[in-house]
Amino acid sequence: MRVTFKGVRGSIPTPGPQTSRYGGNTSCVEVSATDTSIAVLDAGTGIRSVDFSRPGLTRIDILLTHLHMDHILGLGFFGGLHRADLDVHIWGPASTVAGLRERLNRYMSPPLFPVRLRDLPCRLTLHDVPLGTFEIPGLSITAVLLIHPGATVGYRLSDGSVSISYLPDHEPALGSRRFPEVAQWTSGYRLMAESDLLIHDSQYTDDEYPSHVGWGHSSIQQTVRLAEAVGARHLVPFHHDPSHDDDWLDQIYSPIIQSGRLAITPAREAEALTV
Amino acid sequence: MAYEVEIILMRQTASYLAIPIFVVDTDGDLVYYNEPAEELLGQRYDEAGEMPLEEWSTAFLPTDENGDPLPPDDLPLVIALQARRPAYASFWITGYDQTRRHLSVVAFPLTGQNSRHLGAVAMFWQERPL
Repeated sequence: MRVTFKGVRGSIPTPGPQTSRYGGNTSCVEVSATDTSIAVLDAGTGIRSVDFSRPGLTRIDILLTHLHMDHILGLGFFGGLHRADLDVHIWGPASTVAGLRERLNRYMSPPLFPVRLRDLPCRLTLHDVPLGTFEIPGLSITAVLLIHPGATVGYRLSDGSVSISYLPDHEPALGSRRFPEVAQWTSGYRLMAESDLLIHDSQYTDDEYPSHVGWGHSSIQQTVRLAEAVGARHLVPFHHDPSHDDDWLDQIYSPIIQSGRLAITPAREAEALTV
Repeated sequence: MAYEVEIILMRQTASYLAIPIFVVDTDGDLVYYNEPAEELLGQRYDEAGEMPLEEWSTAFLPTDENGDPLPPDDLPLVIALQARRPAYASFWITGYDQTRRHLSVVAFPLTGQNSRHLGAVAMFWQERPL
């Protein structure tokens, strides 16, 4: 599988020279699926650079982890939604009282957005994401609810030989007295266990985390310990805090990478990894 | 395999609360009780560990005020689990420390996202003579 990072920033876009190396667009990851289809993880502002004009492309599956703005902000600006010859499937969590269509319509309708979902030219299908395993072309997807405010899922994608785990907003340490806990008491364990590529929330440092408990995110150090505990083979820290510029991220990650504790590649916009 | 996130959050919450709480999964098997519950049950959770329904529902010898055994199906937690509705009862138990205590128990089903049935939770209150 080929994984391309289109947006790696958390919370709010952060354009500018100080974030140009890691990138300022919000969460979006493109995953190659088949010759005629792609999977897109979240629809932050990074989704604008997903190539929907590739010859032979007939289907796009957009897998939303949750509906916080930084994960759907780019949706209305994604050109694939405006191509009448494309099948676009959007998967995302329902809440306890409303389905995905009703929840997305709150954003994709006036006054917040001029174009309604029902008026989009593509052949659009919305799915309340099933909790468990389901299939899209070329990939088997597992969705599990995670610790993050509101209905939020993480995904595990498998093509039958390798697996990618995507948990961009996740606070598994919330309330834990001895993090990381044993497997059965670890939020998202089923998604992360023995993953070939773990893309995981790394918004804060351990110093910053205590003043953000309950906000739904992890520290970089927690994520490293978690990746080791679940046996991930390669960790991609993701969802960088808007206040962390390029130099700061270099400074934080350099010793972690040099320690050789595990294979670790902090997410950078426009970078691609082959798993 | 990890528990569902609602069960994990219930356990985290219970671990911070001062009221005794007892959590079971969909099969009725005990998955957690907190420190205040340990005082009533007479054993630390870390020592007792997870326990099947058949074991915990009789282990604490629940009885009515006359000392007659209470059938497991009459326990609030079992009702919450099987009928998927809140339930209340007042009864006596004998803990692992052999102390007999009068409890009031409120139990409710754990129904999660997508109406998934995940288990049930009981909150205890020890009744004391005035």
